[in-house]
Amino acid sequence: MTPETEMPSGEDWLHMYQQMARIRAFEEHVNDLYQRALMPGLAHLYIGEEAVAVGVCEALRHDDYITSTHRGHGHCLAKGAEVERMFCELLGRAPGYCRGKGGSMHIADPETGNLGANAIVGGSAGIATGAAFANQRLSNGRVAVCFFGEGALGQGLLYEVMNMAQLWKLPVIYVCENNLYNEYTHHTETTAGDMRGRAAAFGLLTDEVDGQNVRAVFATAQRLVARARAGEGPAFLLCHTYRYLGHHVGDVNRAYYRSADEEKQWKTTRDPLALLADWLRGQLLADPPLLERIVAEAQSEIATAVAAALKAPFPEPDEVNQHVYA
Amino acid sequence: MSTPSADSARELTFGEAIREALAEELRRDPRVFMIGEDIAEAGTTFKVLNGLVEEFGPQRILDSPISEAGITGLGVGAAMAGLRPVVDIMFGDFVGLIMDQMVNQAAKIHYMSGGKLKVPMVLRTTMGAGRRSAAQHSQSLHAWLSHIPGLKVVVPSTPYDAKGLMKSAIRDDNPVVVFEDKMMYRTVKGPVPESDYAIPLGVADVKRVGEDITLVATSRMVHVALEAAQHLAEAGVSAEVVDPRTLTPLDTVTLINSAKKTSRAMVIDEGYEKYGVTAELATVLAEGAFYDLDAPVRRLGAMQVPIPFSPALEDLTIPNVQQVCALARTLCGKA
Repeated sequence: MTPETEMPSGEDWLHMYQQMARIRAFEEHVNDLYQRALMPGLAHLYIGEEAVAVGVCEALRHDDYITSTHRGHGHCLAKGAEVERMFCELLGRAPGYCRGKGGSMHIADPETGNLGANAIVGGSAGIATGAAFANQRLSNGRVAVCFFGEGALGQGLLYEVMNMAQLWKLPVIYVCENNLYNEYTHHTETTAGDMRGRAAAFGLLTDEVDGQNVRAVFATAQRLVARARAGEGPAFLLCHTYRYLGHHVGDVNRAYYRSADEEKQWKTTRDPLALLADWLRGQLLADPPLLERIVAEAQSEIATAVAAALKAPFPEPDEVNQHVYA
Repeated sequence: MSTPSADSARELTFGEAIREALAEELRRDPRVFMIGEDIAEAGTTFKVLNGLVEEFGPQRILDSPISEAGITGLGVGAAMAGLRPVVDIMFGDFVGLIMDQMVNQAAKIHYMSGGKLKVPMVLRTTMGAGRRSAAQHSQSLHAWLSHIPGLKVVVPSTPYDAKGLMKSAIRDDNPVVVFEDKMMYRTVKGPVPESDYAIPLGVADVKRVGEDITLVATSRMVHVALEAAQHLAEAGVSAEVVDPRTLTPLDTVTLINSAKKTSRAMVIDEGYEKYGVTAELATVLAEGAFYDLDAPVRRLGAMQVPIPFSPALEDLTIPNVQQVCALARTLCGKA
């Protein structure tokens, strides 16, 4: 992760490429596990949105906090989660991040500042704001990032806590990932007015960025994080992005809410990995073999982790009533 | 019977005891802070927190926007990140506004994270009818939160218990909800030691020893039960009054042992009678003491209606001394 005072080096950009490649490979394997009926339940894939998680998390310190969403694997990985423990959790195995009791939608990893993915849309807005409040009171210099989709703009809690964040100048960044669809419904059918205007009404600094361009996400996040860390208050960052696949792994036939053409258009012209690869080549920071090697290594890392997780033990029955109370 | 020690000649009201507990914990632990609507200079609408902002300042006694869900969520996050929040929800009726934050967030985060995250937070709110405040400011909704694993629920009945339980709640590493009957803030007075003491959560208290029937009562209904016990004594019925003090964790042993001893039991609680606290406590007694009981376990809760405004109607909805006496005498065959 790059401190906010420094410009990223070529190596940093390659690292971001690698992180996006790892997230994509991770999600492809999740889809594969679902299709082979090896994974209990469902999962919500982040493919297409990788630049948002990576661009934002690379602008954070290791001890900064994030809160994540039901579509959270990308955030967790970008903040530093280990792949094998992630897969163990997704497969309900004992070595998973939550001992198999959280699953895909609840991965939490305090070691990397991840206060948890949250399966209530907008449900973590209070948690992120409260963590920022604690940061301010404890003067620990940490910031908190609250990731949520544009669907969460329908939730009142978000507005209650943005109001308090601005009143008390809390070090929190609200990162809205506008992937166009509230589940199966286009945001224009659910969300009136201007998205940024909703945060601007409270006086928050707002910005928006091409969420497919990791360099743009990173640069903007770096600025907002530095500002929050300096005590200058919260911000709202709108990232325009796209969910390549369905709302969840089982959402395969999507023609009733969006066209195959639209999906193809994003995949072929707005892919975050391809956009960064093009730029890296143009800047002579990477040649095609290097980029191919990064992708191949990511694939191999993920495949190894999946194989290991599939062999991991399930929790013992006596795990069921542990950790109800601290 | 837990009684205050010898240094406790001093008497405080229920509200004063709560304020003293909060002040002591704010002094003891710099991580403790309070947030709520009109809790600073106003000292809450009930004036229970008068003086705290003067001692601890607005950084630790925060007046919040009227955003119950928001302040509860902020409390959850602050607790996860190293503080010990006390969130003030003015009226218990407003828990409807905070249920997602309590039920889906606070209660489950420790479990969902496999034990890695903790939410050491206290949520204070009120209960109790009789204040002529009508249907949206009078309910006793403690059953709702008692239903959820991961939350602890405290229902103190005396100033002594209120202080000691509040201190345990603040020191607990779990989300703890304290329901304070607002009708007791000024009217109930009792001895409270000046010393630092904490009452463990999950220990019931026998408020009056008796032989013929066990009256299990919560919160303000403890005082109704105690008054009823006096009348019953005059009628030749010796009633034992047991106060669970906390609904989660619940001291089932003390409740069951009392019922086994007296062989009759009834439960009095101000929550709605159906699907509520009385149902759970009566089941604990029936299952645990069945073979020692000489009569079915009976219960009294709030009438199954929205709390009406008119005094002529409101008073009909709350269990009262006469009802407790009548039912107890029936159970004892002395009607």
